[in-house]
Amino acid sequence: MGVTRARWRGSARRPGYGRPVSGERSAAEDGDDADGPWERRLHIVTGKGGTGKTTVAGALAVALATGGRRVLLTEVEGRQQIAQLFDTPPLPYQERKVASAPGGGEVFALAIDADEALLEYLEMFYNLRRAGRALGRIGAVDFATTVAPGVRDVLLTGKVKEAVNRPDGTRPSGMAYDAVVLDAPPTGRIARFLGVTAEVAGLARMGPIRAQADSVMAVLRPERAAVHLVTLLEEMPVQETVDGVAELSAAGLPLGGVIVNMARLPMLRAKESRLARRGELDREEIAAGIKETGVEPTSELVEALVWEAAQHADRVALEAGQRAEIMALGRPVYEVPLMADGVDLGTVYRFAELLRAQQMVG
Amino acid sequence: MRPHPVGVPLFDVDEMLDTERIIVCCGSGGVGKTTTAAALALRAAERGRIVVVLTIDPARRLAQSLGLTALDNTPCEVAGIDDSAGGSLDAMMLDMKRTFDEIVLAHSSPERARALLDNPFYQSLSSSFSGTQEYMAMEKLGQLDATGEWDLIVVDTPPTRSALDFLDAPTRLGTFLDGRLLRVLLVPAKAGGRAYAKIVGAGLGMFTKVLTKVLGAQLLTDLSQFVAALETMFGGFRARAEQTYRLLGEQGTSFVVVAAPEAAALREASYFVDRLDADGMPLAGLVVNRTHHSNASTLTVERSLAAAENLDEHREHPLAAAVLRIHAERVRLASREARLRERFTSAHPDTPLVEVEALAEDVHDLEGLREIGDALARVERLDQAG
Repeated sequence: MGVTRARWRGSARRPGYGRPVSGERSAAEDGDDADGPWERRLHIVTGKGGTGKTTVAGALAVALATGGRRVLLTEVEGRQQIAQLFDTPPLPYQERKVASAPGGGEVFALAIDADEALLEYLEMFYNLRRAGRALGRIGAVDFATTVAPGVRDVLLTGKVKEAVNRPDGTRPSGMAYDAVVLDAPPTGRIARFLGVTAEVAGLARMGPIRAQADSVMAVLRPERAAVHLVTLLEEMPVQETVDGVAELSAAGLPLGGVIVNMARLPMLRAKESRLARRGELDREEIAAGIKETGVEPTSELVEALVWEAAQHADRVALEAGQRAEIMALGRPVYEVPLMADGVDLGTVYRFAELLRAQQMVG
Repeated sequence: MRPHPVGVPLFDVDEMLDTERIIVCCGSGGVGKTTTAAALALRAAERGRIVVVLTIDPARRLAQSLGLTALDNTPCEVAGIDDSAGGSLDAMMLDMKRTFDEIVLAHSSPERARALLDNPFYQSLSSSFSGTQEYMAMEKLGQLDATGEWDLIVVDTPPTRSALDFLDAPTRLGTFLDGRLLRVLLVPAKAGGRAYAKIVGAGLGMFTKVLTKVLGAQLLTDLSQFVAALETMFGGFRARAEQTYRLLGEQGTSFVVVAAPEAAALREASYFVDRLDADGMPLAGLVVNRTHHSNASTLTVERSLAAAENLDEHREHPLAAAVLRIHAERVRLASREARLRERFTSAHPDTPLVEVEALAEDVHDLEGLREIGDALARVERLDQAG
């Protein structure tokens, strides 16, 4: 273990962007199939709120679809974040194509709604759709999906499982989707969300809900699924990631990689960084350089630049410390950069390329 | 210090800290809500007030700095504050399950309480119903307020997936516990076993048939026992929820909406401001955390990148080229943040606002909280450049 996959590095100015760190073993060499590239059918993406979980899930879906595959991207929290990311109208409870991937790939998306999933479930197994609607009126659907959280999670994961296993004889793989990406609940809730059997065991010791939970667990095996964690290089998200990895391992759930989002590119050399943090950068040298380009190096301008360099160096140092904690987890780590102009659809494709370049997917 | 944006009312944090009785910090997850709540509480205490801060899920090192090493569900005094103005600060971390258990224990006989505490539905509800944490935070707020021990209570709200959940959850839990469905489910427990089928009507018969099919018979039995136990304990759960909700609308309560300069967080903040307004809840202002500014924004992104490239081409002054690139990235970030903020202020021109500059380091001691407090009140610090 302890394989560190490529760190995001460089900018457009630095060739070698996103290539694996040299000397690193490939998954094929060490024969450890638990270290990626991730060829699982189900990819579960979690992370603390605000870490860009949905963006990374979208990028992973595009990366997986690249080269002509068909991928389903799903969300379960009713927030319509996929639609926002892909600039499409809100998604109904119905799979629809939201993006194309290079090489003829297709990304479909589905916003899974627990109430709809319950009605579908009733119809599928008991032909009870109308009765289901009646139940809705007296609040039973609300009850089953909102109040008994385990039941709700089983319905959501059950729908994901159905998409993972759905056959389609017209496609070369014989399956409707080559891979499914789930934009999952945040790190703090993920083990409970996926640990459906344990959660439901207390409530439903037998019966169809229990059977459904067991079949979900069958999909959550290491050879079929992986849980990836998205983090920023900040204290709280890193702490949650460390806790999340421990919790997922303890629950026997299949761990994937860690994706570091919004990483800053260090722009100063080590010695300059130390000077910058102390506010001791060579002001005369900076002034001379600026003057050469035709910008007037007033002392206010130079002081402002020195202060900004100090902020940058502090931030990079903080990130280095947090990165060390992430590396210590011994999981494959992938990095995507901070987008100063914000995230849009272009970012999704850019990140997909970066994840592929770092061999997160094959 | 960064200039306050022109034409936007400034959020006067100190005035709020000196006069209010309850301050509720809300906003979507990951925007620095807990840190803001702790910084406000510390600042109020050092300005002479008797303060308690109720936090939900603080970062470990922040918790340690507040002396919150154990989840004991009662306030503890925070050591190391400046009490020269006569104030004090207590802090506590909410233990949701324990708060719920305490309500149960306080309102029933020991055997009844035991039966309920052991019921799988109760365990599920008290530890994971999506509204329980919010409800228990409100319950705890009510309890703290009732003691009269503090003259200011600062509440951090749970990291809900959407800021709005926080206002809705107490009512939702109240409605559920007091609702029609539970009354229906109560029937089997009261009637007991076989008599059940006779008592429920035909429609309900079908309803329970479906539920039994879907959930299994054991589950239904557990559920009706749970409901029965709950019913005898407190009939008016909804009334309780409404009472806490009313407390929030009273004079002396202020809401502080916290956001980060991100599209999603500011969108949530917008919804929240509208919702507070619609519910007649008093909004004090918006805190935008982790913003960036530049003291040299007249040197544009394009100009500084072109200058850096020029230096690279001639292989000269690499340090100047590097600081120009750092500058370009910062100005880009700052102008994007300014655009997002303008989008918010044009929709809410009357909402007072204060921006807090991003710190390079995470906050995990009282000094760091003081620094945030100064930034919130826009007090210039001597040791801070820029």
